[in-house]
Amino acid sequence: MITIDIDGRELKAKKGQTVLEVARESGIYIPTLCYHESLAPYGACRLCVVEVFHGSRSRLVASCLYPVEEGLKVVTASPRVKDNRRVIMELLLARCSENEVVRKLASEMGVEQPPFKTEYLENEDCILCGLCARACEQIVERSAISLVNRGVKRELATPFREPSAACIGCGSCAYICPTGAIKMEDKDGIRVVYARNWKTEFKLKKCKVCGSYWAPEAQLEYIRKKVNLPQGFFDVCLNCRK
Amino acid sequence: MVAKLKSKQDLEKLKKEIAAKREMEKPLIMACNGTGCHASGCVAVTAAFREEIGKRGLADKVDIKASGCHGFCEQGPVVVIQPGDIFYHQVKADDVPQIVDETVIKGSVIDRLLYVDPATGKKYVHPSEVPFYQRQRRIVFGNNGKISPDNIEDYIALGGYSALAKVLFDKSPQQVIEEIKKSGLRGRGGAGFPAGRKWESCRNAPGEPKYVIANCDEGDPGVYANRSLLEGNPHSVLEGLIICAYAVGSHQGYIYVRNEYPLAVKNAGIAIKQAEQMGLLGRNILGSGFDFKITINRGGGAFVCGESSALMASLEGKVGEPRAKYIHTVEKGLWDKPSNLNNVETLANVPLIINNGADWFRAVGTEGSKGTKIFSLVGKVNNSGLAEVPMGMTLREVIYGIGGGIKNGKKFKGVQTGGPSGGVIPESMLDMPVDFDELTKAGSMMGSGGMIVMDEDTCMVDTARYFLSFLEEESCGKCVPCREGIKRMRQILNDITEGKGEERDIELLERISAVLGDASLCALGMTAANPVLTTLRYFRDEYEAHIREKRCPAGVCKALLQYYIIDEKCVGCRLCEKACPVEAITFKGKKKPVVLDQEKCIKCGICKDVCNLEAVGVKPR
Repeated sequence: MITIDIDGRELKAKKGQTVLEVARESGIYIPTLCYHESLAPYGACRLCVVEVFHGSRSRLVASCLYPVEEGLKVVTASPRVKDNRRVIMELLLARCSENEVVRKLASEMGVEQPPFKTEYLENEDCILCGLCARACEQIVERSAISLVNRGVKRELATPFREPSAACIGCGSCAYICPTGAIKMEDKDGIRVVYARNWKTEFKLKKCKVCGSYWAPEAQLEYIRKKVNLPQGFFDVCLNCRK
Repeated sequence: MVAKLKSKQDLEKLKKEIAAKREMEKPLIMACNGTGCHASGCVAVTAAFREEIGKRGLADKVDIKASGCHGFCEQGPVVVIQPGDIFYHQVKADDVPQIVDETVIKGSVIDRLLYVDPATGKKYVHPSEVPFYQRQRRIVFGNNGKISPDNIEDYIALGGYSALAKVLFDKSPQQVIEEIKKSGLRGRGGAGFPAGRKWESCRNAPGEPKYVIANCDEGDPGVYANRSLLEGNPHSVLEGLIICAYAVGSHQGYIYVRNEYPLAVKNAGIAIKQAEQMGLLGRNILGSGFDFKITINRGGGAFVCGESSALMASLEGKVGEPRAKYIHTVEKGLWDKPSNLNNVETLANVPLIINNGADWFRAVGTEGSKGTKIFSLVGKVNNSGLAEVPMGMTLREVIYGIGGGIKNGKKFKGVQTGGPSGGVIPESMLDMPVDFDELTKAGSMMGSGGMIVMDEDTCMVDTARYFLSFLEEESCGKCVPCREGIKRMRQILNDITEGKGEERDIELLERISAVLGDASLCALGMTAANPVLTTLRYFRDEYEAHIREKRCPAGVCKALLQYYIIDEKCVGCRLCEKACPVEAITFKGKKKPVVLDQEKCIKCGICKDVCNLEAVGVKPR
């Protein structure tokens, strides 16, 4: 075990843990947007920055990635940390100036209005945290969507913005998206997964017993093949099977 | 096919054989075929020499070599003729018959092809006397002009691969590391991390296999030193990389080079093949039992791929995005294995240090920065080119002594060092010695050795805007401060240059800059604000003039200028009227001045360019 100091509290940590993990275990709040415990940390939103001290010298690090080490001293909300988080939030708000989730988070951090001219403000929903693409790659293992292009041209998209052939319509991306930039709707036997610049539609499977549409056919077929289940296994929905 | 060298003695024997073969005083035409000279027509010149020599039946009696970059790119194509060490500049294919007649055959000098120093009017015959070269210390780059990059014998004749033989047979890996550490060699790629310490960390890191990588991604605008080195003297880079591999304990190396540097890709490929054929690369190198392979990996040309973790991601076939380096790449790099990355120039220094010793290397330079540094000296300077100088030379000596001062007699204003993430250094600091630490203190950095010289006609706000627009496109876009911060800063700078700046803008720029430096994921973001911070530090009054007075003191920012007709000079010839793309100029009759409509004018400047009577003026709005 390793002993570290977060905000003056002496905490025990396991080698290989990150500062964020240890802080969360102890109920210490560090804001995050691009972090999810089921995915490898990514370090893109930078909201989770904390100040770490090496003797008298200190620096800001992303707590979601920074590995604990014996004797590490961490301050999670120093003035320097707060200044940085505030500007980061202002930048995010300028990008997503009308997104409710971003507005609310900004407001919680005391940012009501980004300090830029109104003509700079954009009306995006996506903050490019990559949670959707990473979930699709690391959990679903389909890589149906990804972050494309670099710099200011970076965006989340399906290949060539066409309906992704790799997509099974599971909706993990919509589920994990923190800002509602990816949406999912089931209606009349059709599931639509969509964002502003792409849209993919799926036929839903009808349960032979209750007649309800319960999951995309493509997803069920993918699961059936992956775990080698007999054909027709998913003809009956999970509720009716009980 | 050449026989494989199986021992240190074999290599020494070969070197002697090459020397014996070359002892005859055969005339030699060395035509620079570097990238700069390619642009000015060296291919035609070299072909003309081959044709002319062939036509006269002199093919056996005269050697022609297409050499690597000689550095004096401003004066290209450059040709040096032996014997006599005669230096001709701006040679054209039409000059070739006369050169063959008079210089190659008769040994006499053609006056009109000699370089004339514009400052003194003095003519020079030998390259070593030319002021551009005379003040340099060309230990790394000098051999470029003496060899043909595709001829391994040229390199061996100059002592090439003797350092490799020395380490393989006479030194342990630890001893090599000690020697490099003692030399004080710091990484020439940007941050200046001590190379020996990096090697040692990589050697000591647990995990196999280990990888060594040469970084030739060099993507700064106007910078081409690493590229020219790999193009012109690829074996020096290979030798450095093999020695590095031996020291670190690696058996697989990579050269990561941009695909848009085709000559570098080609010459490195030829060099690898030659070295393999001669037993200097591959299995059981020189019979020492040490195995090492080098693979070339071509990059797609993203600036961020010069950053070590992004480069390694790209090498793995992934998107070239940086990752946090809280665990260093020497411990977990390529495929999570210990990996040592050095830039091309760093590696080319290694054989020199091994051959001449750490003390020889330490004798040049400053307290914290040893050896020399190759700078890409470009911009509004008389002698553009690649200049290798001892660390610690003052900026003034580089720009005026080597660079020959500012073009067209203009006044110096600033020099951007370290590429787009470096900073602008003002005239008051021209006597600053150039080394890693001094440049950092000044708010700039060494980077990969860019030096963009700017004259009085340069607007510093516009300069900062330009570099930020470059970085805005070249940021990987992963982290918020870099992607969103640079974009907003560029927008603010745009507005300032268009006369739409507000009083609070400077403070806002400084606030975002601080967050870029503090919270960005990689060095690209951390240093991206440097052009803004340094111009604010040294040229704040220019920002204020733009914002408060809506005036661009340098007369660059178009929105803040006004074109006008000088009525006394205009004769109504209608040239400008016809050239104006937006019909902003109205003809009012012969011998009467035309009228320019300020509302319609888009300030393209074409009217001023076409006017033969200098009847179009520009003034602040």
